[in-house]
Amino acid sequence: MKFLENIVHKMEPKFAKGGKLEKWNPIFESFTTLVFTPAHVTSKGTHIRDGVDLKRTMMTVIIALLPCLLFGIYNTGHWEMVAAAGDRSLDFWSNGGDKMIAGLIVVLPLIVVSYGVGLTIEFIFGMKNGHSLHEGFLVSGLLIPLIMPADVPLWMVGVATAFAVIIGKEIFGGTGMNILNVALLSRAFLFFAYPTSMSGDKVWMAGVENTNVTGFTGSTALGDLASFMSEKPVFENLETFTNNYSLSDSIFGYIPGSIGETSMIAVLIGAAILLITGIGSLRIMASFFAGGLLMGLLMNVVGGNDYIMLPPLYHIALGGFAFGAVFMATDPVTASQTATGKIIYGLVGGMLAILIRVLNPAYPEGVMLAILFMNVMAPIIDHYVVQSNIKRRLKRLKTT
Amino acid sequence: MSEEVKSKAPKEPLFSKKNKKLVTDPLMDNNPVTVQVLGICSALAITVQVEQGVVMGAAVLFVLVLGNLIISLLRNLIPSRIRIIVQLVVVAALVIIVNEVLKAFLPDVSEKLSVFVGLIITNCIIMGRFEAFAMANKPWPSVMDGIGNGLGYAGLLILVAVFREFFGSGSLYGIPILGSPIPTPDSPLGSGLYEMGYMNNNMMILPPMALIIVGIIIWVQRIRNKDLVETH
Repeated sequence: MKFLENIVHKMEPKFAKGGKLEKWNPIFESFTTLVFTPAHVTSKGTHIRDGVDLKRTMMTVIIALLPCLLFGIYNTGHWEMVAAAGDRSLDFWSNGGDKMIAGLIVVLPLIVVSYGVGLTIEFIFGMKNGHSLHEGFLVSGLLIPLIMPADVPLWMVGVATAFAVIIGKEIFGGTGMNILNVALLSRAFLFFAYPTSMSGDKVWMAGVENTNVTGFTGSTALGDLASFMSEKPVFENLETFTNNYSLSDSIFGYIPGSIGETSMIAVLIGAAILLITGIGSLRIMASFFAGGLLMGLLMNVVGGNDYIMLPPLYHIALGGFAFGAVFMATDPVTASQTATGKIIYGLVGGMLAILIRVLNPAYPEGVMLAILFMNVMAPIIDHYVVQSNIKRRLKRLKTT
Repeated sequence: MSEEVKSKAPKEPLFSKKNKKLVTDPLMDNNPVTVQVLGICSALAITVQVEQGVVMGAAVLFVLVLGNLIISLLRNLIPSRIRIIVQLVVVAALVIIVNEVLKAFLPDVSEKLSVFVGLIITNCIIMGRFEAFAMANKPWPSVMDGIGNGLGYAGLLILVAVFREFFGSGSLYGIPILGSPIPTPDSPLGSGLYEMGYMNNNMMILPPMALIIVGIIIWVQRIRNKDLVETH
């Protein structure tokens, strides 16, 4: 380590103001602070002495994402083999090594494209505006591949990432200023720009469009469920559906879906890491789940078609609900900031997610839209929470 | 608006500097859409294809020039309390003429533009120019002002439409440029660029993307001309 530090110190004057490579300072600084704690410290005012900065916060989130990533890679490999064999009853845990490699071949390019495009744009903006690389993209860059279907073309991921980083973040002033969650924005962009590559039953398993087995479709649980609202449902009724997708399969994640979101167990491990380190907000996570369960129960009481009667536990186990609640809704920049606001934000977000799912067949997955909507609403929620606080205190002041 | 010119020297050449400025200003630095942010609604609605943009731009140009001329001629006769009604009558009459002409000679474009030709009546640019310029200026400068603003509006419409049609449908003015996305027995993905896996961007056809494109044009314009950046 000392050896590395020496090299860095030797290089520093070249990048400092007036140095030969002054223009490249943002890049230099980004890499050095990734490895070493920056030397500059706050000079006045009260401050907390702590090794945690934005970079280390982001690194913790990435560590929390690792279980999802690893499981996602394996799951992608598994379903690629299922698609090739045309047999859904393939044993999940056999042939592990092959599945891991097959999954890596699909997922790794997605990660490379997402980071490559995103960081390049960040560097360009950083050099133009003379600040160091913003750390926010470290997490967004990993989230983007995890919420993509396995079969999405790489160039689409690149376009979506560029759109999300420029329009979603840099225009507003970079990390910490964005209104919408960058990763979700990239997914929403793809969802509306290239709907055939982002929904339906052809995209969720790598290579499914080449399968020669007749009658095999690569549909997901949510897609099948949404078909209850159409003329020709995939399953006859809810019972045949639950026989096909058991609750434990959905919780463990042995189902097709976007790369990183299928396993609720992996998501919950990530949630535990976020909560123990104090980075994720328990208020948002808990209220988001509560909102989903509440809305699921409410829908059960109302009744209607088979989809509406789906048990609420299924709702939060299927699709990206848990992933969205833990990693997307808790984004500290776009979520509500006040304590009460966080609870309202999570509760309404969870309820909306289920509402969109069961009532709109065009959007089988409502979590993305629900969180984006709540991102927009978060400042308003905060405003009213603060206002009511002020009002309450003013009243107290008057009575004394 | 700022370019209100009230009393002028009696004899001024037709294409004096001032008059020329009336035409050139709205094209760039005082563009009705990107700088004054007027007429946004129609810019979002009818810029899916270049052809629609061109026709719409021409229609607004026609209404704006003739309307400015008529209002300017009548400006001393219009009682100020009912001036809005008089202006509306003038626009409405002109828009009906435009609508009938389009229906007669360009029926398919007219069908695509549908209600938006009628909605030229409510286009803020037109009422804005009548109120701000034609009511206070002589006929000739008013005509020049109409030409400038009409062209500024049409230019932006066409610019937005070029982006939207190229990325949204892979064509320009109805002519396919990137090949055909329609699958044939030989190539299931279509021909040209589509064969390599390219796909049209559906979002470009939706109005939100038009708003984003207008926003990006405003962004680029303000980078080039720092005077336009609002301070607050």
